[in-house]
Amino acid sequence: MLSSMEKSIAELRETFKNGGTKSISWRKSQLKALLQLINQNEDSIFKALDQDLGKSPVESYRDEVGVLKKSVTYTLSCLEKWVAPKKAEVPLLFFPAKAEVMPQPLGVVLIFSSWNFPFTLALDPLIGAISAGNTVLLKPSDLAPACMSFLVETIPKYLDNKAVKVLAGGADIGERLLQLKWDKIFFTGSPRVGRLVMAAAAKHLTPVTLELGGKSPAIVDTLSTTPSKAKVTAKRIVGGKWGPCTGQACIAIDYVLVEEKLASTLIELLKKTIKRFYGENIKSLKNISRIVNKHQFQRLVNLLKDPNVADSIVYGGSVDEEKLVIEPTILLDPPLDSEIMSEEIFGPLLPIITLKNIEESIDFINSKSNPLVIYAFTEDDTFKKRILSETSSGTVTFNDSMVQYRYSI
Amino acid sequence: MASEVEKKAVFDIDSAKEVVQELRASFVAGKTKDYEWRRTQLKAMLKMMDENEPQIVAALRDDLSKPELESSIYEIAMLKNSCKLALKKMKHWVMPEKAKTSLATFPSSAEIVSEPLGVVLVISAWNYPLLLSLDPVIGAIAAGNAIVLKPSEISPATASLLAKLVANYMDSSCIKVVEGAVPETTALLEQKWDKIMYTGNGRIGRIVMAAAAKHLTPVVLELGGKCPVIVDSGINLQVATRRIIAGKWGCNNGQACISPDYIITTKDYAVELVDSFKCELERFYGKNPLESKDLSRVVNSNHFARLLKLLDEDKVSSKIVYGGERDKSNLKIAPTILLDVPQDSLIMNEEIFGPLLPIITIDKVEDSFDLINSGTKPLAVYMFTNNKKLKEKFVEKVSAGGLVINDTTVHLAEPTLPFGGVGDSGMGAYHGKFSFDTFSHKKAVLYRSFAGDAPLRYPPYTNGKLRLLKALLGGSILGIIRALMGWSKA
Repeated sequence: MLSSMEKSIAELRETFKNGGTKSISWRKSQLKALLQLINQNEDSIFKALDQDLGKSPVESYRDEVGVLKKSVTYTLSCLEKWVAPKKAEVPLLFFPAKAEVMPQPLGVVLIFSSWNFPFTLALDPLIGAISAGNTVLLKPSDLAPACMSFLVETIPKYLDNKAVKVLAGGADIGERLLQLKWDKIFFTGSPRVGRLVMAAAAKHLTPVTLELGGKSPAIVDTLSTTPSKAKVTAKRIVGGKWGPCTGQACIAIDYVLVEEKLASTLIELLKKTIKRFYGENIKSLKNISRIVNKHQFQRLVNLLKDPNVADSIVYGGSVDEEKLVIEPTILLDPPLDSEIMSEEIFGPLLPIITLKNIEESIDFINSKSNPLVIYAFTEDDTFKKRILSETSSGTVTFNDSMVQYRYSI
Repeated sequence: MASEVEKKAVFDIDSAKEVVQELRASFVAGKTKDYEWRRTQLKAMLKMMDENEPQIVAALRDDLSKPELESSIYEIAMLKNSCKLALKKMKHWVMPEKAKTSLATFPSSAEIVSEPLGVVLVISAWNYPLLLSLDPVIGAIAAGNAIVLKPSEISPATASLLAKLVANYMDSSCIKVVEGAVPETTALLEQKWDKIMYTGNGRIGRIVMAAAAKHLTPVVLELGGKCPVIVDSGINLQVATRRIIAGKWGCNNGQACISPDYIITTKDYAVELVDSFKCELERFYGKNPLESKDLSRVVNSNHFARLLKLLDEDKVSSKIVYGGERDKSNLKIAPTILLDVPQDSLIMNEEIFGPLLPIITIDKVEDSFDLINSGTKPLAVYMFTNNKKLKEKFVEKVSAGGLVINDTTVHLAEPTLPFGGVGDSGMGAYHGKFSFDTFSHKKAVLYRSFAGDAPLRYPPYTNGKLRLLKALLGGSILGIIRALMGWSKA
């Protein structure tokens, strides 16, 4: 007697087997339907994001709705090219042979998305899976419950129910899904759960894509160039820390590295910018998300409990437990062995670490595990080359933050 | 030069840890990243093979009774080609690739930079013990990594020759061979690697991936499965038969991941096909194939017993139409063909990996596609046909690591094609540039300027900013102008 979950998955497998997702026209129709879903439900999406995370419409458009629209439109314009076989050169030895590499769908794909960008991280992988011709089971995070409900209710109204399904639930549902055999698992979340996903996938030899996180540093070397560049640097750091979901983003700036002698200049610039963007204090806080839930709130508050860490706060530090708000907080040189400097912060606390010489930032970053992104604000070409060749990270962005994701091709 | 590790009697977890630490230090010091270092290592590998061909051939004969031609061509020559290709193309492979940028990030430039992953582990198999050890190592070197190679203990002569030669010719502070069996492999798998490449079977593949999961280490698994051959009528039967024989018994006597495992043909064509096989097999291996010097033996008594179990199963032994002879003391089984074995027999439900070739028959050739798709995805599927529509349907419908039309196994030698499996036959691919890519991290790099800092990205968030942002992300110049003029809807 199959459970309803197993029946759903059996249906996805059947649909794939019968070729229901193979044709380019099917894939295009699904992508167009997704675009319609987003266009026709923008207000509901904004509402759900406000409910779950306190995101404002601009943040929601910039980081979720806009990103997704761009992704679907881009995919639609490139799909025929991506699907076509690619010719491969054949050496003379094999004359007169021909060779090609042909993309084929994997089959039935499982997508786990995270709570901080509950639309982007659910639907962007979905766009990829559909465009490649797979059937999909999407399991959104229950830590963003309004967004999860929206996806559960709305996707079946627009997309082919036999090929794309959404399952609500928490960690227990996730565990049950991981016991089953998939042709691919796409996971966005923490390294701890990433290990569990890969271990479960190993039993079935299922390939995985794991989008995890880490501590993404910002190296700051542009404060003594011109005042305007220093201001833009500060804006981009503030925008890259508190702009995306109040720092609860895998690519948010986690901490900053700056030369000792420029630390106070940086702090002043950051304070001014924070006040202009988000308000003077916690009572007048605006244009910023809140912490997702009590558990994350407590975790962040605990990072500040260590007296040596608390002593290093130079701005902010106030919290409002009822509203789940922590104001933008800057710390100067907290102890390097404190939890705030060894765990991914994923919140609105910004440690600034000072160095004698900015070049030391390379060794500093290399002493920790590879970050997802390194942001480097510098105009020194030699330093840029050194950063590129002497550090390892998912991405390097020079002189900005966040844009590499939002507007990436 | 013996290292500290080799002096210890047992290679345990601590030994494995030390090896990784040493290699990591070499990597961090930048030794393997250096372009000239990569070139000298690849040249050293070429020299190693040039100067030791007789010893390599002898080791392969010891381990597998591999005929000299197979050793020289399928192991040594293929490796040398792989090395030469890497030496020739590496300067292009290491160059960053420019990436297009969009209006939304103007002005900016972007590129994708290939960087080494770090310290990698290559675990290879016993059937092509030289090729499957050193071919991945070539890719790992070209990509700038430090490497541990763990050859298979089931081909011990080649494993120990490899250990000796690599230590003599290559930079031992960056490339090491660790010999051993399950305990040594387990000790290695406990460590944190930046990538693991494993060639072998699915059972161990799962163990490797589970161990890798603890450290979030990405893996390439080159596994296997049953590689079917579909034979249509109206073809040049002699050429087809010869090519199937070459891919089956000519490749380590069927003990190859891409060997034709079984044949699917129509009921009408089966008899003609069997006759063609009988004729060509006798031409190739004589009337007493057990005495032929041109066939590898079965690797060891475990596999010999396993193959006999497949052959001697009640409902199967009566289906032998050619061959079936065996010589236990020399671990030889003659090329054997079986016709119409039952689908639920052992021989049709596990990878044969030996000199037995079942032929199953169906009514129409097209029925073979569903039959193949009903099983796990193979590493390779071969089809012999002159029917253009059938070829198109085959390529479209059948999912496998690789497909070859009108030949067998040769796609392995094609460096412009990615070699790897899908589903149960594996994940990831290599050969040619794909080897370089598989051992690299493709780092995304975006260069931004300070000019044109758009205030609309930053708070305070207003409706005007929302309008403009929508237009900008929409990418149309007209939309942006309209938004700037306040003409578009929010």
